[in-house]
Amino acid sequence: MKTLIKNGRVLDPAHQIDANLDVLAVDGKIAQIAAGIELPDAETIDAGGLLVVPGLIDIHVHLRDPGYEYKEDIVSGTRAAAAGGFAAVACMPNTNPINDNKAVTTYIRQKAAAEGQVRVYPVGSITKGLKGESLAEFGDLQAAGCVAVSDDGRPVTSGEIMRRALEYARSFQLPVISHAEDLSLVGDGVMNEGFVATQLGLRGIPWVAEDAAVARDVLLAEFTGARLHIAHVSTRGAVEIIRAAQRRGVPVTAETAPHYFTLTDEAVRGYDTHAKMNPPLRGAADVQAIRDGLADGTLSVIATDHAPHHVDEKNVEFNLALNGIVGLETALPLTLRLVEEGVLTLTEAIARLTIGPARALGLPGGTLEVGRAADITLVDPTCKWTLDPARLLSRSKNTPFGGWQLKGAAALTMVDGRVVYQR
Amino acid sequence: MVFRHKHILGIEQFTREEIHFILDTAESFKEINSRQIKKVPTLRGKTIINVFFEASTRTRTSFEVAAKRLSADTYNISASTSALVKGETLEDTAKNLEAMKPDIIVMRHNASGAPHYLADRCDFSVLNAGDGAHEHPSQALLDLMTMRQHKGRIEGLKVAIIGDITHSRVARSNLLALQKCGAEVRLCGPGTLLPTGVEQWGVPVFHRIEDAIDQADVVMMLRIQQERQGKTLLPSLREYAMYYGLNRSKLSLAREDAIVMHPGPMNRGVEISSEVADGPQNVILEQVENGVAVRMALLYLVSGGEQLEV
Repeated sequence: MKTLIKNGRVLDPAHQIDANLDVLAVDGKIAQIAAGIELPDAETIDAGGLLVVPGLIDIHVHLRDPGYEYKEDIVSGTRAAAAGGFAAVACMPNTNPINDNKAVTTYIRQKAAAEGQVRVYPVGSITKGLKGESLAEFGDLQAAGCVAVSDDGRPVTSGEIMRRALEYARSFQLPVISHAEDLSLVGDGVMNEGFVATQLGLRGIPWVAEDAAVARDVLLAEFTGARLHIAHVSTRGAVEIIRAAQRRGVPVTAETAPHYFTLTDEAVRGYDTHAKMNPPLRGAADVQAIRDGLADGTLSVIATDHAPHHVDEKNVEFNLALNGIVGLETALPLTLRLVEEGVLTLTEAIARLTIGPARALGLPGGTLEVGRAADITLVDPTCKWTLDPARLLSRSKNTPFGGWQLKGAAALTMVDGRVVYQR
Repeated sequence: MVFRHKHILGIEQFTREEIHFILDTAESFKEINSRQIKKVPTLRGKTIINVFFEASTRTRTSFEVAAKRLSADTYNISASTSALVKGETLEDTAKNLEAMKPDIIVMRHNASGAPHYLADRCDFSVLNAGDGAHEHPSQALLDLMTMRQHKGRIEGLKVAIIGDITHSRVARSNLLALQKCGAEVRLCGPGTLLPTGVEQWGVPVFHRIEDAIDQADVVMMLRIQQERQGKTLLPSLREYAMYYGLNRSKLSLAREDAIVMHPGPMNRGVEISSEVADGPQNVILEQVENGVAVRMALLYLVSGGEQLEV
């Protein structure tokens, strides 16, 4: 099986390639990257006017499978991922049952292999049952296919447990992903603490709830020397803490999500539950700091925190609505907006969606290399479209971007040389 | 003036002219309340349901009295008797009420934004009788009506609002209404009860009640709600009373003709001493009286106002 992608602009940030080249995939692997490849017997894809980039990688999604299939499952979630240009996703362990053991990891891997559209990398839990009390079996989880551990959705409240998690994970070279939040400071807050919350009469979640927790975990990473990745960074202070730590050599990486560089807490006005997420949408100064952090590489990863919820879970009073939005099918155009606005170069933007996430979790992929799996995304950077939530492939439609005019989309997504999505 | 609002969700939605128009309308209704026969046929045939998801005696009764004096048919649903306790969603509750074809739903809810939720989804008029820590528009209007009666104006009045600003919908609605009408508002409370970003309202914020009250025309005390404040915001009611409670000596710092207001129910000996609560400067029961007139005006205006006969 030979597939030839011709006439595209190949952009591979890891190798500083930005040139008009053709890419040949043979039997699921990249066989050749060169100008003017002619191969009459290959199936040819015309990529004229398109970007040819490494398959995008989203290291923060909730596939909700097992347990919450009414929100999403591995089939619908990976279909949405493919439509968003993602060739691989890492899925968080807050399923039911929780992915704190080999059996659940194996179920996810097997179902993804059999029915999924894209690569699925399970993330195991840090603590058993996400309870924050005792460590899950990292070795067993890793052997079954977990690429990292996280209690995402909840912080590890005990400093002692987090310390031991980092120390223990280090022996398996397993990255620990921190959902950094001081719950005592969060209290019963439902949106960013600030003037908008004050005007709306909604309880606030202060930035210091995130900053204090990020500071603790960064210091624990420094103390233990273990690999730490900070999930969904949303505040200026967190960016500054991470930047300072990276400068002194602490092995910490960090991600943010498109909504944190696109929206502020102003989006909550009107009590729009699609603007409710955790961490919450922050103020304008935070959004600017997130953009600066992406630009200077402090934040080397854009991940969606794709969090599908049923309409009934959002169509309630603001304080009762569940946190989170779907993101797989909007991440690429929202990231390209940063290029349009001059925040990132195109190469940087693609890097945050490819090699950045691959390196953060030590995953294969994120670059185009001869001999490696042919995970390739073709990006149409200029097509304009309006987001109609009803047309999302995710089972859930909880997005604050409904009706937005977007520019740029995945034209084609290929995993192992197989086309899994074509616009 | 043509009143174009289908819903009354908050002071936010009104202009200064509209606020005065509502107060003028309320003045005209006030007279009905002192007649021998306190009833006019204005809203005959209208159905008004009071849906109170949060306990209330004063506001619910005030709305009910207002509606009945205008001859509307009124029904009351409270949290303890409603399907809410059986786990029904707000949308289902609303749709079921809608099926009974009410003209107005008066709603109190502990969730900020709940009346907006209803207004977005239903055909009837929604009148916000207090939503979470967001707004309580009828309270602010009756407060302004009381101030206007005593001072002849709102513009230029120095109004000190003192207490738990963070959790108070009364404070928010009053602040907005007073700002729109040109009063000089001052906010005061301990640091734990002042919301983040409070200074962005553009009014002076004080930590010492003495500074806030200085030369004030109106002193508005807010209720301390132990159940809302939890355990971490105040060390004790005793200390709160010492530093933020209004007594005669603190009140003497205000203008001699200052009036003292309280939205009720009062915690005597906490935010207000009995000597002040019962003293000559208090207008607390006038607030309650004006409440009925203001609510009559609001029900009348959202029902189509001028086309109706008074």
